Parts: sequence; structure tokens; C-alpha cells
Amino acid sequence: MTPRRRPPERLVRSYVVTDGRAFPSRNTLDLVTMVVTGEDLPLTGLSPEKCRVVELCRPGALSVAEVAGHLALPVSVTKVLVADLMDSGHLVTRAPFVPVNQASNIRILEEVLDGLRARL
Amino acid sequence: MGSAPASDAPSDVYLRPTVKTAAKLLVVGHFAVGKTTFVGALSEIRPLRTEEVMTQAGALVDDLAGTRDKTTTTVALDFGRLTLSDHLVLYLFGTPGQQRFTQLWQDMTRGALGALVLADTQRLDQSFDVMGVLEELGLPYAVAVNHFEGAPLHELDEVREALDLLPETPLVRCDARDRESSTRALIALVEYLIGRNGELERT
Repeated sequence: MTPRRRPPERLVRSYVVTDGRAFPSRNTLDLVTMVVTGEDLPLTGLSPEKCRVVELCRPGALSVAEVAGHLALPVSVTKVLVADLMDSGHLVTRAPFVPVNQASNIRILEEVLDGLRARL
Repeated sequence: MGSAPASDAPSDVYLRPTVKTAAKLLVVGHFAVGKTTFVGALSEIRPLRTEEVMTQAGALVDDLAGTRDKTTTTVALDFGRLTLSDHLVLYLFGTPGQQRFTQLWQDMTRGALGALVLADTQRLDQSFDVMGVLEELGLPYAVAVNHFEGAPLHELDEVREALDLLPETPLVRCDARDRESSTRALIALVEYLIGRNGELERT
């Protein structure tokens, strides 16, 4: 059982981290959108939180949710940061699976099923 | 928590470079039903947790204002990851299901293939809220009864009746601490989802 945890008081308020913005500059980010570093741009001028996001993503790809989890940031704040870093070219993303029709759902579900069965 | 997850080897943290597709399933259930245990038993990474401040209308707006009145609530989101092939990764998101119409729910359910509802036979009534939310959102689900040490073992037929499940909704038993048992519960869900998508495709 997970102990009930009091949300940790953040040292810096969310609105400071996001420059007062509540919504990311693009609306395409999902919890499982994959994030990788883009061009090797200098981190000069980036806020400490944005630097942490770029540093975290340097060794390999992570989902937006994992970035939030590793950096102990709320998902909504993470999305604002990731979107900004996409705009600046520091990060690129790969869209997650989006169900468009039953056929594509079945295809992905069968892959999931094969993968799960292989783990038994 | 530092910016680099120092305690884990990079291979235990980052996605394989070949991964192209990320899919997600939800693991939902009331407080203390075993969601975190379930996700932890299956995840290849140390399960992560993030939190989100929620309101009925706009989550971050209130957080930005720095005020937390009674309409806001903090929702914990535990999640884990399973690399299922060189190019496919599955994320499992575990969350309580009481909160209705919140941004996080929409965020989690968008693009999700389905949900596994964890239930506890000693508190079956608490599962109704969760199933109600999933039905409102139109997300298909299966139910897994998590076996608790010392709890009486109910016949699944009785549980099905008590939960008022549709005849086609899969109902299985699982032990959330056990990787194989938890995997089998997910398999039951995915098999159901395949059949359901097949039927929808034919209609």
C-alpha cells in the first residue's frame, strides 16, 4: 500500500518555472510522448529547470511522464518546459500510438499481447 | 531528487533507441487496492510517481495562483514501463478513479487502449465509482480481483454479480505482488480488447 504522502512543498512555485504560463506552447504532448535531445545546442540562457530537462534527456529517450517523475515536477509544468525546449530546438519528440481506427488498434494490441505472452 | 537518476544504470532508465511506438494501459482502483504493487511487479524501471494538482475546471490555473481551496485535490500517478519488443513499449499508469472530469483523467485516457480495474472483494462497493468513470469516458476495461492474504476467496460468479458486470467483461483473479499473475491479468484485458475491436470493425 502506498503511504499517503503530503505533496512536497516546492521551493519554487510552478508559475515561476513556467514564466506564468499554465499551458504549453503546443498541444500535442501526451504523457507517453517520447522526448529526446535535438541538436546539441548550448544551454546558455535556459532556466535551471529547462537545463535539468535537457541534461536528463541527453543519454536517451524518455516519455514526458518519466521526465516529470525523474525531476519531481507536475506533468502540466513538464509539458510547458518540454514544449518550450522543442520550440528552441533543444528537444525533439516522437508521438505515441494514437488510435485512429479499429484495425490499427488491433495491430498494436496484438503486438502488446505477443510481448506480454513472451514474458510468461 | 537530482536531475540524473543516479542510482540506476542508464539501460534501466532510458528507452531503447529502437523504440518507435509507445502504448498505454491504465490500472485503476480505489485507495490501497494494490495499484502501485501491480505496476511495480510488472515494470522494468523503478516505478515513478508524479503528482498533479486538480480542479474540476482547469488544473494548473489554481496551482499557478498559489491557492489551494477545497475544490483542488492532488492526484498521484504511479507508472511503470515494459519494453515488449525492440520497437514497442507499454506504459502502465496507476491512479485512483474517484476524480471525475479532471484534466489528468482526460490526459491519461486519451490514446489509452483500455483499463484494468483492480478490485478488493472486501470492498467491492468502492469499485463502482471507478467503473462508472471508465464507462463515462468510454474506455473498455477488465476487472482483476486482487487477492489479499487472509481474505475469503469468493467465487468469481458472486463477484461478477456483486459488481454488476456485463457478461462480456473479463473478470480474473490476480496477485498484484506476483509478476506472472499480474501479466496474466493484463493478457486477459488485451485479449478482450482485441475481440472488442474486431467486433467494432465488423459492424
